[in-house]
Parts: sequence; structure tokens; C-alpha cells
Amino acid sequence: MKPPIVSVRGLSKDYAVRVLDGVDLDLAAGEIHALIGANGAGKSTLCRILAGLTPASKGEITLMGDDFRPSDKRDAEDRGVQIVQQELNLLPSLTVAENLFLNHFPHRYGWIDYQKLHADAEVALQRVGLQAVNPRTPTGTLGVGSRQLVEIAAALVRDCQLLILDEPTAALTPVEISRLFDCVRELSEAGVSILYVSHRLEEIRTLCDRFIVLRDGRKVGSRNTVDSSSEEMVALMAGEAVTASKPFQSHRQNRVALRVEDLCRGNQVRNVSLEVKCGERLGIAGLVGAGRTELLRAIFGADRADSGTIRLGDDASIERCSHPRQAVRRGLALVTEDRKQDGLLLPHSVRINASLARLTHSLGWIDRRGEVARVEARCRTLETRFHSVEQPVEELSGGNQQKVVLVKWLESDADVFLLDEPTRGIDVTARQQIDRLFEDLARRGKALLIVSSDLDELMQLCDSIVAMAEGRVVARFQRGSWSRQSVMEAAFGDTSP
Amino acid sequence: MSDHLPTRPAPSVGRVLAERAGLAGALLLLILVFGSLSSSFLSTRTLVSIANQIPDLTVIAVGLTLVLISGGIDLSVGSVLALCSAVVGVMMVDAGLSIGSAAVIALAAGAICGLVSGSITVLAGLPSFIVTLGMLEVARGGAYLITDSQTKYIGSSVEMMAASLPILRVSPSFLVAVAVVVLAQVLLTRTVFGRYLIAIGTNENAVRMSGIDTRPYRMAVFVISGALCGLGAVMQTSRLATADPNAAIGLELSAIAAAVIGGTSLMGGRGSVVNTFFGVLIIAVLQTGLASVGASEPIKRVITGSVIVVAALLDVWRSHWQSRT
Repeated sequence: MKPPIVSVRGLSKDYAVRVLDGVDLDLAAGEIHALIGANGAGKSTLCRILAGLTPASKGEITLMGDDFRPSDKRDAEDRGVQIVQQELNLLPSLTVAENLFLNHFPHRYGWIDYQKLHADAEVALQRVGLQAVNPRTPTGTLGVGSRQLVEIAAALVRDCQLLILDEPTAALTPVEISRLFDCVRELSEAGVSILYVSHRLEEIRTLCDRFIVLRDGRKVGSRNTVDSSSEEMVALMAGEAVTASKPFQSHRQNRVALRVEDLCRGNQVRNVSLEVKCGERLGIAGLVGAGRTELLRAIFGADRADSGTIRLGDDASIERCSHPRQAVRRGLALVTEDRKQDGLLLPHSVRINASLARLTHSLGWIDRRGEVARVEARCRTLETRFHSVEQPVEELSGGNQQKVVLVKWLESDADVFLLDEPTRGIDVTARQQIDRLFEDLARRGKALLIVSSDLDELMQLCDSIVAMAEGRVVARFQRGSWSRQSVMEAAFGDTSP
Repeated sequence: MSDHLPTRPAPSVGRVLAERAGLAGALLLLILVFGSLSSSFLSTRTLVSIANQIPDLTVIAVGLTLVLISGGIDLSVGSVLALCSAVVGVMMVDAGLSIGSAAVIALAAGAICGLVSGSITVLAGLPSFIVTLGMLEVARGGAYLITDSQTKYIGSSVEMMAASLPILRVSPSFLVAVAVVVLAQVLLTRTVFGRYLIAIGTNENAVRMSGIDTRPYRMAVFVISGALCGLGAVMQTSRLATADPNAAIGLELSAIAAAVIGGTSLMGGRGSVVNTFFGVLIIAVLQTGLASVGASEPIKRVITGSVIVVAALLDVWRSHWQSRT
């Protein structure tokens, strides 16, 4: 093996918790190295540190034998480390050429040399197979796939020793993917090392020489791709099954609480049908981008679905909800993934937040005393900690904020709870209290749809689990008939029949 | 289990009171400063004349405060007031209507202007800044059109709203303006409508996701603002005894200044009608006080402008200081 271009030793990163813990990694010149792991395993953090987007807390990196500690993205780029991130970072109103050379325009005394700019841009576009694109086109008019390739081209116009690709194929069509692969292989032959992050095991098998697996911030394995099976990759990512701490008790009844049939929204939600019984806790597993959040939003009417039907309980209506207002009236509740963005009124009090979904009043007058009493009582059952119900929610911890969101929906007296990552960013105690609340809701006959990227949690909480991939429900499991591995394989869409 | 029950006074109530005490203190300070600088300032006559000058600005600023709290802005208030004032003039002089009927028509005209601005803003999803900037021009043009660009002298039949009452010394307009302040404050703090306005201004998405259709509320607030322009027009026409299509140019800026001095956030979600009233009073005392110490018009403008910025600065510092304690 050639000497490594990049060598990482004992790399750690602490935010509120440790997200990267003592990771080692070696990349040889021209090597295509895959980085895999479940959501939240620390892949993106590792990439961000290498690209100079965030400093490491501990550990050392050497690049071509020299100490490498980039102060920012520009510094990393100047040393030859380029990153192409998941989010598109192009400016849509500028032309393709302008985006390609945004931070080093060819110029004379500050005047842009457009002739040289466009000539250079054509060369750069050719490298990624985009010779058909005119460099003068506004970038916003290109499709997502082409924009992704433009972004890769932008990384390549700078001096490149290490290229980091974070899920580059998520938005690409098969044709564009094969174009991208050709480009990556050419780079590899030219001696550029590539760190390739992807959830798609098939791609890794065709493209990459080696792979490294992260789980909970730790490196749990590193193999040559040819020596390893997809099953082994999944097993490494999933880890040992954790035994449930508390025996599971089902409260599922026979009455159907929510039936969704053939629900479609664009290519994010495709012909999804599912049924939740009263007292049932149904988990939805899948990768980021599998359409889980979009499914909940479409059911709730937050985004308009294209087709399909929704029936609640014994209602005659099978109409889809066109506005959350309608959904709430029909007995639905949605706890959103991002509670700061669309769950809470941060500068306002616990009281105002908790009573937002159901403000009891007579002729428009708010019964302030009753409001305070009800909110206090609800918060007490969830052991929410605050000085008074008048305290602004922005001063509370993440766990207590989430409890306030839950109290809001308990107040609304919904029958079906749609819960999108309800325990994300929440400490263990709060999590257990919230889990107990779910059990309690199920006992009272409420139906729960729980989206979570934490498979252990779903397996511990739920009566049944459906796996989603690319907007479709790809597998259904009942308690007892699932294993970590079978659910993960379904979600990764790799070894399913 | 009892450690999360209220153990100390609610911070946000304390903050509201601190804010109000600060404004009242600033007002008092201004009155004392001008009182010591000018022998004629601290007299009933001066205070009554201030009270009788502010009703139109007060009701306009109340409407604008509600719009700002809901996350919008209404730049058209001055022009809509002028249009409504023109309507009063035409109705009373040309159509011979009584002040009562003319007032009702003026309120309706203002409400219609607000409905147009509100509907376009909410239904087409345009920024209210743009829509009401358009309305600012349209309403002003309308005022010129219906009066043929002439100031209409109405005479004593319209003056009763502005005339000082016996014993109380203040005018009916002032009492109506105070009643509007009280009603709007109650609306804001005690009703579902007010609660939703504050919530929408803070995070409209969260409100929508809580199952509330925000559109009727956002529209209604423009209608209220428009109707209050109509009321302000009646007050102003009554005070000046004329309907002037050139009236109230730049009034929107005074109203915004009053709201800002009162601590209303231009980003929405925070504000108080009572505090805006304090803002109006501070501006009025400053104007009258500066005049009574003989300041020239340019000096008055320089000082008033500085006070607006200083008030906003104090507000930022105060919330910064509070968030650290």
C-alpha cells in the first residue's frame, strides 16, 4: 500500500455530548474510501472537521506528512481538501461560471476577465461530464442533479488532494450517477484521494476500495470492500441488539384509528398505505430523506398531498386534510421534527405555548385562571421543570421544551398522534418520561405514529414497525418478527427482495 | 413534585411592568425638564392642549401597533386618514350629511382600504411593506381626486369632537382615543384574537402547525388599522374644521416612532398598546416642550429623531441585560 495522503489519529469532537470518539483513518493516494454508519453516527462531523468547517476537540490529522489543523474552510481548500456537502451551496441567481470561480475570479485590477472565466468554466464542466451546459446559464435554472455536478466541478477547479463527497448521489438520476462515478474514478487515477459518504451500499461496492464504519461516534470496523458482504456492513452499522429495559405491553385494540391509502406527494411520498389501530404504537423507520417527515406532514395537511385517502376512526369522510386546522378538528396532532422552527413560540411563556392548540374561551375571552390551572396540571404529570408557567420556553432545556410541545397536544385531546423524532436531542431521563407518556396514551386508546432514526427506541416502544425508503413503505414488521438487521436492511433498500 | 410550581413572580409579567415603569419615568422626566426650562410649560393649558392634539395620532398608532405585533406593517395609515378626511369633507359639505353619518362612512372607507391591503397581503403572499406602500399612493391620489385637490372648509358643525368639555377640559376625541387604547389593550391581552396575533407575529408556522388558520387574523388586523384611520380622520377633521387632502403626510412615520418608543418589535410578536400610548405622549410632550423653550423647527426634528433611536437602543440594551440575569 502507498503511504497515506491523509492520516487521522484519535479524532474526537464534543458538542453537548461526544459525537466523535477517538477515530483513526488512513487514506492512500488515489484511494476511494467509503465512510458509512447510521444517522447520527458521526459521519458528517468527521467530514466537517476535515474540511475545516468545525475544529476537532482532540486528536491529530496529517496531510502529506504535515500537521493539518485547518482554521476554516478556505484554509482547508488552500491546502487541497475540498468538500461537496449534502446541501447545495450554489447561488441560484449567478451563472454557472460565476459559481464555479466564486472565491477566485480571474481578474485584472478588480475587473472580471469574463473570457478567461468562461473558457476555464468550460474545461471544469467537461471534467464532470457537463459539457452540454453553457457556463453563462443562471445556476438556478439547472436541475438538482446538474447542480450537484456543478458543485463537484467547483471543488475540482481548486487544487485537490482529498475530495470529500457527502451523499453526492442522493439527488442524482442513474445516468448522472454513472457520470459521477466515471469522474471519481478518473480523479482517483490522477492520485486524488476520495472520502465517499453514502447510505447506498450498492454504490460503495461498485466504487470504493475500502470502507470504514462509524457507530455512535466510534470506529467499529474497517475492511476492504471485496472482502466484505453487505450483510456484514449492515451488522457493523447496527451493532449488538440492546435488550429492552422494560417489558413491552401492547394496548392495541381492534378498532382502526387511522387508515391512510395510496397517499402520494411528489416523489417524496409514493403510494403509502398504512393502518394504525387504537392503542397501537406504530414506528416508521428509514433513512433521512426516505420520506418519513413528508408522510407525516402530508397526513396532517401541512403539505398538500396529490392523491390518496385518509380516514379517521369511524368517520365517513375519507378526505385528505388540506390545512392543519382541518387535521386538528379531525383529531390529529403533529409533533414536528424541528420544535424551534415550527413547534414553539420561543420568546413566549410555557402557558401561551401549551394552550396554543386549544385555547378555551367564552365568546373570545380567554379564561386565564383555568388556562394556568390546566397547563400546570398537565406539566406536572410530565414532570416538566420550570420556575413558573410564565417563564419563556426559550429558557428551558431541550427536553422540557419538547414536553411543552407534547402538553400542547395533550390539551388538544387528539386521538392520533403523529410524532416526528419526538426524543431527538433529549437526555435519558426526559426520554424515559416521554416513553412512559406514550405508553399511557396507548393505554387510553390513542394511536401513535412514531418516526425515529433510533431503531433501538422504535423496537423498544412499538407494536409494529414499517420501513420506508425513497418515499415508499418497503417492509412491515410485527413485534416478535423483527430484528435490527432485518429492519435496517429494508431501510437501506439493499438486500430486500 | 412541587419544585416546578410557581415559586417566584412570573418573569414576563415583571418585565412588562418594568418596561411600562421605564416609559412612565421617561415621560415624567421630560415633563419636569421642560417645566423647569419654561415657566409656561407646566400649566393646565399646555397639558390640555397636548391632550387635544394627540387623539388622531393615538388611534392610528394603536392600529399600527396591532399590525406590527402580527408581523406586518401598514405604511398607508397617513394617506388612508387623508382619504377618509376627504370623504368626511365631501359628505358634509357637498352631500350635506350630519357628522354622525359622515363618520360612519369614513370608518367604512378606512376599513375597506384595510381590507384591500390585508387581502392582497395575505392571499397573494406579498410583503405588507410593498402592498401598503402601494396603498399609500393610491389612497393619497384618491383623496386628491374626490376633493379636486381643494381643502374643504366644513366649519363649526364638525368641531364638537375637538371642543373642550366643561369641567374635564379635554375633548371628546381624547376620551374616545383613551377608550380605544383600553379596548385594544384588552383585545390584545385577554382575547383569543389578541393571543393569536402575538403568536402569529412570533412564529406563524408554529401557529399554523397547531391547527389554526392564520389568514383571517392577519387580514382582520389590517381592517382594524384601516377603520382606526377613519376614526383618526374624523378626529383630525374635527380639530382643524377642514378636510385637507394634504393632511397627515408622514403620519405613518410618527406612528411607527410611537410604537418603537413603546417597545413594539418591528419583527412582530412583541408589543403593547398601552406602551405605544406612552410613546405618543412622549413625542407630543417633546414637540410641545421644545416649542415652549423656543426651539426652531429644524432643532425639534433633530432632537425628536435622536429620541427615537435612543429609545430603540435602550430597548435593545434592556432585553440584552435581562437575558443575562
